[in-house]
Amino acid sequence: MEQAFEFFYANKDAIFIIVLSVFLGIEVISNVPSVLHTPLMSGANAISGVIIIGGIILVGHADVSKVSVNLILGILAVLFGTLNVVGGFVVTDRMLEMFKKKK
Amino acid sequence: MNELVANLGVSYGDVLLELSYLLAAVFFVVGLKFQSHPLTARKGNLWAAAGMFLAMLTTLFLHKDADGNGIALTNGIIIVFSIAVAGVLGAVIARRVKMTAMPELVSFFNATGGGASALVALIEFSNPNNSSTLVTLLGLVIGSVAFSGSLIAYGKLDGKVGDIFAKWTTYLNLFLLGIVITIIVFILAGNISYDSQKLLVYGLLVISLIYGVMFVMPIGGADMPVVISLLNSFTGIAAAMGGFIYHNQAMILGGILVGAAGTILTILMCNAMNRSLFNVIIGAFGGGGAAATHEQGTIKEISLSDASILLSYSQKVVIIPGYGLAVAQAQHICHELDTLLEEKGVEVKYAIHPVAGRMPGHMNVLLAEADVPYEKLIEMDDINPSLPNTDVVVVIGANDVVNPAAHDDPSSPIYGMPIINAHEAKNIIVMKRGMGKGYAGIENFLFFNDKTRMLFGHAKESLQKLVNEIKTL
Repeated sequence: MEQAFEFFYANKDAIFIIVLSVFLGIEVISNVPSVLHTPLMSGANAISGVIIIGGIILVGHADVSKVSVNLILGILAVLFGTLNVVGGFVVTDRMLEMFKKKK
Repeated sequence: MNELVANLGVSYGDVLLELSYLLAAVFFVVGLKFQSHPLTARKGNLWAAAGMFLAMLTTLFLHKDADGNGIALTNGIIIVFSIAVAGVLGAVIARRVKMTAMPELVSFFNATGGGASALVALIEFSNPNNSSTLVTLLGLVIGSVAFSGSLIAYGKLDGKVGDIFAKWTTYLNLFLLGIVITIIVFILAGNISYDSQKLLVYGLLVISLIYGVMFVMPIGGADMPVVISLLNSFTGIAAAMGGFIYHNQAMILGGILVGAAGTILTILMCNAMNRSLFNVIIGAFGGGGAAATHEQGTIKEISLSDASILLSYSQKVVIIPGYGLAVAQAQHICHELDTLLEEKGVEVKYAIHPVAGRMPGHMNVLLAEADVPYEKLIEMDDINPSLPNTDVVVVIGANDVVNPAAHDDPSSPIYGMPIINAHEAKNIIVMKRGMGKGYAGIENFLFFNDKTRMLFGHAKESLQKLVNEIKTL
């Protein structure tokens, strides 16, 4: 129990953001017409590629003087993250483009 | 200002970096909000993308490690090069893929995001400055499950992976989950050497990957959208765990936002099918049973010429497209039929069930691609009241979403599911490949209705023949 208290206190800022973001996420999404479910899922998916920031930080401060497992895994994380971000946003744009076209 | 910044022991760069993260977080929220309205949706996507680009850029130029060192040039070049390669690849894949293959593509991109989160957590585990072991392990597990699960979902939608369902899969999954929790507790207890910890973490990675596979394996292909949406929220949560490790608020907010939104979307999708999430995950539909209480009646076929005459001389026609239309890629020829009929003065509308197609909203995307005007796509609740005045409904490749058993057969597994009331129309034409059952594996009494006539054949070919026939009238 003590550990849990410690964990909460040490990370209280992050936990605040997490809890409030949950409400925000629910609030933002409710009342979405079902027409938009697929593009929205795809758009949200692209945002979850925000882990790319972690990849950039990892590779950014990695020791590049020699090839290490961690460096390779880090680069892989950047590649994966970018695929998620760029692919996700482009494909979402492509879906939404169609809704606009024929007004 | 200068002094204040100096007093805090931070540089302008640090302040700027945090400001850019705040801005990125705002862009994510506004972007997602815009994306929930049809008119602003495209703009919203661009907002979110701009936020992401901003955060990536400032991280690259302004981020410093614990010792205050920025990102070195060599590292920067490696990063920019990696981003360029993957960025071009991602954009090309996203541009080239067919609209019908959209769901599997989303699943694929989701896998890459989950994989990135798992990799970040894996590397950060061995970082001595990282104090949050629990969060790192959770990021690893959730990211890995999202990765392998999404790949299986991708394979299933693409038809490369089949279903495995047996009672034992449920037990195996519970067992795997048990091992995952045990390993996490074991590592957290911290009574073991660093080397054996590392070994355990690799074990955890492997088991999580297997769990992801086994979690998705037993779930039927038609339930994949729900699963992808669920895995999407997993990826978000895994990314948030990454944000926790780096004390990065933009990552936490972005990740949790997606986690929460994805969960809500998942529940909305389940509601549209009148199923619980538990039901989707634990088991497939139980078939049979229901049919016994009904009389079968007879199936009547309709010839192409009769169908074309019936359609041409109607006033109101409603087309009900379903999964079969998407699979047969018949959306373009379907639109041709509707323009042809409109030229003859027939009013044509499309009735869109919330879960028609392979994903909610997928049917709208497909029909939009075929240039069907947005105003012609009517949602279920709005079209149902006008169906009794409709001369002909044409059901193309849809089955369970028009099954009246959902209204009047309490013993049916789909009882209570909202349906399009096709049976209330004056005439019903059902285009189907054969007498196969829908996903729910139950008999559809609409087909035995007195007003129903069947047009058997491949949707695309039948529609083509129908169009040709109408042209000759």
